[in-house]
Amino acid sequence: MSFLGKLSLDAIPFHEPILVFTMAAILIAAIVITALITKHKKWGVLWRDWITSVDHKRLGVMYIILALVMLFRGFSDAIMMRTQLALATSGAPGYLPPEHYDQIFTAHGVIMIIFMAMPFMVGLMNIILPLQIGARDVAFPFLNNLSFWLTASGAILINMSLVFGEFAKTGWVAYPPLSELTFSPGVGVDYYIWALQISGLGTLLTAVNFLATVIKMRAPGMTLMKMPIFTWTCTWANILIAASFPILTAMLTMLTLDRYLDFHFFTNELGGNAMMYINLFWAWGHPEVYILVLPAFGIFSEIISTFTGKRLFGYKSMVYASGAISILGFIVWLHHFFTMGSSANVNAFFGMATMVIAVPTGVKLFNWLFTIYRGRLRITVPVLWTLGFMVTFTIGGMTGVLLAIPGADYVLHNSLFLIAHFHNTIIGGAVFGYLAGFVFWFPKAMGFKLNEKWGKASFWCWLIGFFLAFMPLYVLGFLGMTRRLNHSNNPDWNIWLYIAAAGAVVIMFGIISQIIQLYVSFRDREALDDTTGDPWNGHTLEWATSSPPQVYNFATIPHIDDIDAWTDIKEKGQAYQGKASYSPIHMPKNTSAGVLMAASLTAFCFAMIWHIWWLAIVGLIGGIAIFIKRCYTSDVDYYIQPDEIAKIEAAYNSSGNKELKA
Amino acid sequence: MLIRNLCNIALASTVLALSGCKGGILDPKGQIGIDEKNLIIIATVLMLLVVVPVIVMTLYFAWKYRDTQTHEIYAPKWAHSNKIEAVVWAVPIIIVIILGAITWVSTQALDPYKPIEGKGKHLTVEVVSLNWKWLFIYPEQGIATVNELVFPANVPVEYKITSESTMNSFFIPQLGSQIYSMAGMETKLHLIANEPGTFKGISANYSGAGFTGMKFHAIATPTQADFDKWVSDIKANSSANNLTHANYVELAKASENNPVAYYGKVEDSLFHTIVMKYMQAHGDMNKKHNAMSEHGEMGMQHHAMDKHSAKPSHSQDEE
Repeated sequence: MSFLGKLSLDAIPFHEPILVFTMAAILIAAIVITALITKHKKWGVLWRDWITSVDHKRLGVMYIILALVMLFRGFSDAIMMRTQLALATSGAPGYLPPEHYDQIFTAHGVIMIIFMAMPFMVGLMNIILPLQIGARDVAFPFLNNLSFWLTASGAILINMSLVFGEFAKTGWVAYPPLSELTFSPGVGVDYYIWALQISGLGTLLTAVNFLATVIKMRAPGMTLMKMPIFTWTCTWANILIAASFPILTAMLTMLTLDRYLDFHFFTNELGGNAMMYINLFWAWGHPEVYILVLPAFGIFSEIISTFTGKRLFGYKSMVYASGAISILGFIVWLHHFFTMGSSANVNAFFGMATMVIAVPTGVKLFNWLFTIYRGRLRITVPVLWTLGFMVTFTIGGMTGVLLAIPGADYVLHNSLFLIAHFHNTIIGGAVFGYLAGFVFWFPKAMGFKLNEKWGKASFWCWLIGFFLAFMPLYVLGFLGMTRRLNHSNNPDWNIWLYIAAAGAVVIMFGIISQIIQLYVSFRDREALDDTTGDPWNGHTLEWATSSPPQVYNFATIPHIDDIDAWTDIKEKGQAYQGKASYSPIHMPKNTSAGVLMAASLTAFCFAMIWHIWWLAIVGLIGGIAIFIKRCYTSDVDYYIQPDEIAKIEAAYNSSGNKELKA
Repeated sequence: MLIRNLCNIALASTVLALSGCKGGILDPKGQIGIDEKNLIIIATVLMLLVVVPVIVMTLYFAWKYRDTQTHEIYAPKWAHSNKIEAVVWAVPIIIVIILGAITWVSTQALDPYKPIEGKGKHLTVEVVSLNWKWLFIYPEQGIATVNELVFPANVPVEYKITSESTMNSFFIPQLGSQIYSMAGMETKLHLIANEPGTFKGISANYSGAGFTGMKFHAIATPTQADFDKWVSDIKANSSANNLTHANYVELAKASENNPVAYYGKVEDSLFHTIVMKYMQAHGDMNKKHNAMSEHGEMGMQHHAMDKHSAKPSHSQDEE
């Protein structure tokens, strides 16, 4: 075995023009960013205030930046797939041979679910959840930093597969036996395994961290049934993560053993059984979609009640409905493979269990409707996303229930109808929710609001683009087009493939609008400044502090008497009332242990992928050593002194009071 | 408004597509497919009873209670009503109970393993998915074909399905249900064509590079006599083409966009051997020199097995 294992210059795909172009673009971008940081002397700031930060708000911002970068990558994949399918009709081969195309659809799925949607959701949760419960940080701030860097490690690994070697050509589910060594001898599946494994670890640690935070760190008076609804839906999602991600970890470990040590969990030979993998995959994979969508439901709830200027209708119903969805989400996994040949009774049970989920979901929709009822709805950008969601998601839910009927699934399974369905729920549900939450909470995180005009342009492009891109896929499903085809030869399909490609372009304009929106808003940030910390007349505690919040979040932790805690405080006339004296605040210190550990483990994963055993040993031992060193460090905290707090709070309270009078 | 218009356009275009579409699952030519199409339509109409009001209410409420409508009632603290709660829980529950009942009955009726009754004797076809082509073995006729499936219309066909290597899904959209093909396992499917015709057959589960080309024609002949003639023609014209184990190993090698091929003879119990090959190999650990081990891939498996042969697991024996 050579010094670099299987890695050699041949692994770099110089023969693929698209990849060479991408590599060049990444290289140029990296040089420009490095030069800019150096020119403005920001390396120190970047290291001290961001990379090593344990502040949940900054980690949240970094999660969302990661999500947006990966959205760009995943969307590029989507555009390539749609153009390939629009070009490769009537027997034409298109421009992407299976060798490349199969990697693209696999990467698209993995990136969008694991490295776009998950970090976006976790980022919003990071920024908002501790604020909503009146906490000064999460239960384990260092762990939070480590979780972020583990997630980022996974993203780095998956992007390294662009330059070194290849990515999996198995579809994002990586079903064996296709993903076994016999049929996928390259490093693609290994990239898949290690990228998911390391980021999955980060996600699991995040869930544990936030569950502990919610259980132990709520403000006095905030009983569980007084928690804001977004916090509740995140908590259900965290319970789902804690319960389902270990299944993913175990499943990936078994696949690793199959591929590295000649085990036979899922192989054809020696009693291996691929059906076990498929069951395990969806025992994780189905709860995973609820992990994505439940926090989005929470975001919509917050937005609707804020912008109608009303209490959320049926708060208890919402909490119980979310719980019901979480629990039911665990007993429906078999509906992903009705066509595997289970008996009619088994299929019927899982079909009906799936339909039951439509009940709590329907209840939620009705509750949002009755929150609007007799309210004063301000049609802002977050509200547009919410209304767009309610219309879009209802359609996606309907097609989901249709797929839950085994008799219908027997002909719709794996067709483009299925693709249309899950994009309808994941884009129309989760992504619309995150984008709504992004606009809604942006002023809280950054201190200024986002430009309204470009926000609306972005929404309409996304919505129209979505319908153009995915409604044709429902039709194509009915026309018998199955998923993951590289090219087609059916004149009846062509027009729908063209419309779908046009839809993807319209969505691209939506994304471009968002980039312009960010630029314009940053340019006009003084005019869009949020001086009060409460730009929307909000209901919950995240609005009861400055924007962006101070590192300690709250100078004094308020006592909670109502679900809409901040509305209650405002109504009692207790808002923006500074205190005569403050107590010192105990805060965690920043640490480089997280990023160094993640870097070590990234080296370990990369070495495992390429069989560079010496580097694998160094990386693993390095990671563990840094962790042990961190465990024995006692210099982990500090106090913020009362005089400093008084100075900061006086400025915040005076601008808040000015606003109240005006 | 734009949203509503878009929905209308989407709905209209869907309806257009449904009425005009040829060759898809909404243009079924077999009883199973027809029943599944009806099931889809009934379930969709039933769900639209809730979906349409929700969409209309969303847009209506958003319009009626927008902030410029200051004359509308404003009730900022109103957040609970037992009556409304009862209704919003009851409506989806009722719909789901009805759908659940439909699901139970239809799943039993459309069980792919259930033989089609009242249509006379079944024809049996053994289906093997290979990388990347379909092998159809006719055990009663003693012939086999690649990428062409022929059967008489109005005769129920029983498919016994397995895979040589990766997982695929055997699917003729216009005839109805699909079922996975998996190595070392046999799955079953029953279909019938109500009229003669040529239908597209595909793999509906991605299986690697040549997956897109894994297509076949499913031809329903007008009469049994036509089918019998097709069989005897193959026997006469392709008698030299004998599908022995050795030939099968050659056929099983990965290839893409295969042309149709006919075999006038098939070695007995070839399908059974393919299904059982992983079990047999395990059971006869020492019998290395059967026909299959000449294949390179199989050689590798034997190599792998040698390492583990000392510790056979119990579960495999039970299987």
